[in-house]
Amino acid sequence: MGRRVNLGWGAIRLYTILVYIFMFLPIAVVVLLSFNANQFGSFPMTGLSTRWFETLWQNETIMRAFRTSIVLGLMTAIISTTLGVLASLALVRYNVPGRNLITTLLIAPILVPEVVLAVALLLFLNFLQIGKSFTLLLMGHVIFTLPFVILVVQARLVSIKRDVEEAALSLGASPRQTFLTITLPLLMPAVAAGGLFAFTISFDDITGTLFWKPGGIETVPTQIFSMLRNSISPEINALGTVIIVMTVGLPLLGMAIARRMNKTSGG
Amino acid sequence: MSIEAREARQPWILLAPALSAIFLLLIVPLLFIVVYSFWLRSAVGADTPGFFLDNWKAALTDRFYRDILLNTLKIAAITTVACALLGYPAAYFIARSKGNKMILLIMLMLPFWISYIIRTMSWINILGVSGALNSALIWAGIISEPIQMLYNETTVILGLTHFLLPFMVLNIFVSLDGIDTSLEDAATSLGATRWQAFLQVTLPLSLPGLAAGGLLCFVLGAGTYITPVILGGPRDAMFANLVFEAIIRQLNWPLGSALSLLLLMVLGVLVAIYNRYLGMAQLAKGLG
Repeated sequence: MGRRVNLGWGAIRLYTILVYIFMFLPIAVVVLLSFNANQFGSFPMTGLSTRWFETLWQNETIMRAFRTSIVLGLMTAIISTTLGVLASLALVRYNVPGRNLITTLLIAPILVPEVVLAVALLLFLNFLQIGKSFTLLLMGHVIFTLPFVILVVQARLVSIKRDVEEAALSLGASPRQTFLTITLPLLMPAVAAGGLFAFTISFDDITGTLFWKPGGIETVPTQIFSMLRNSISPEINALGTVIIVMTVGLPLLGMAIARRMNKTSGG
Repeated sequence: MSIEAREARQPWILLAPALSAIFLLLIVPLLFIVVYSFWLRSAVGADTPGFFLDNWKAALTDRFYRDILLNTLKIAAITTVACALLGYPAAYFIARSKGNKMILLIMLMLPFWISYIIRTMSWINILGVSGALNSALIWAGIISEPIQMLYNETTVILGLTHFLLPFMVLNIFVSLDGIDTSLEDAATSLGATRWQAFLQVTLPLSLPGLAAGGLLCFVLGAGTYITPVILGGPRDAMFANLVFEAIIRQLNWPLGSALSLLLLMVLGVLVAIYNRYLGMAQLAKGLG
């Protein structure tokens, strides 16, 4: 009996390892090939080199796409987090009538396929004389990052005890003072997590962006997409590596900061 | 104003910005394309407002659209099943492992953070004519000429599975993690084998997570635009590609509206069925 259990568990473990390999192998190959000295960027590898990162750095088109993506991501994160934190506060802290309906409405952008959301927003704003532009891109990114921010922030907010605020109030602090000195610091990890989430999603988005972007503006994903039309180049792998480092590194950094802040603030 | 009234107003003030954003940038635009789908495209100049059924007739009766819609649903369904088969055992392992669960989970979620387009194109490095697999097979002497493995339906499903698997694992994990393991122990101590205990106790209790993961995989898979373009061949277009063609290339906005709404309705029926039986709370749990 015990042997059979171990055998079964062993099989599940092996299967899980294979699933991890499936998830990581293609990503590892991107990183590996980005250091390939071979001029076609394919196998067999002829040696290690950082030349593709150098060509990347000198490629003005890609650098411009990077700047666009970062500005767009930051603005999306600021707006989305502000809206998301306020809404989450209302949902977690108050007994709002019709809570379920409101939650469903707020997470609706996740449930609407991105193409449909993209078409609807494009056509409606065009009707209002707002054509394809950075503004449209920003509004689009805000609307589909908002649900994720709300879900993440709500999950964090639930863990903040109301007692601490009530203690401050009962000790004579004004509601305003309480919010600024107690609630807001406790809220910071949630704000940081939500902002980071919004930034990453915005930075990665391609489908909506292809519908909304005006000609001449490229974000990093749409730039990669147009480069892929020809064939996969070592430069794309290098760009992929940079993005992998960014998108994996930033959230991990964020989590570490959130954890540290949680510890120091005693939450 | 009394304190109670002010207290009652406060949450609405906090909710107002987010709700108006959803209302103005999602609800109203969706209603707008409902109206737009009955307009008619003019060869030159602005589209003709009115109540014409032409676009809906085309969207619903044209064989070309219907075949692609059915194909899209088929690809989404196969992807969902593949994600469940790959994701369930992995989620089970993570939930029941004695090691550091969080590290294991975060590791599997890492690809979720990595750009969708990078992950999709990464398969070209593996399966392309000069990719890892062909190079390995030639090196091993199994084949002498590289085989074209890319640009077909299978690679589209592969790419989608790779993209959507983290959603599935996370949702199953959340529901498995919430199950008291002593329930399974109780079943075995009453004479059930481990396998029976799993089938009759754990699996049914984890079905809500499986359903939430399945819904997400299906809806996201069926709405995908990029994967068929990068990993599919000319005949592997999915429904979102049709929408893109109509809106961006042909500038036929009324038809594009009708096609978008058709996709929304088909997937909306699924979401509604899900909501009817399981509710949105489970989905929110798995996403947050």
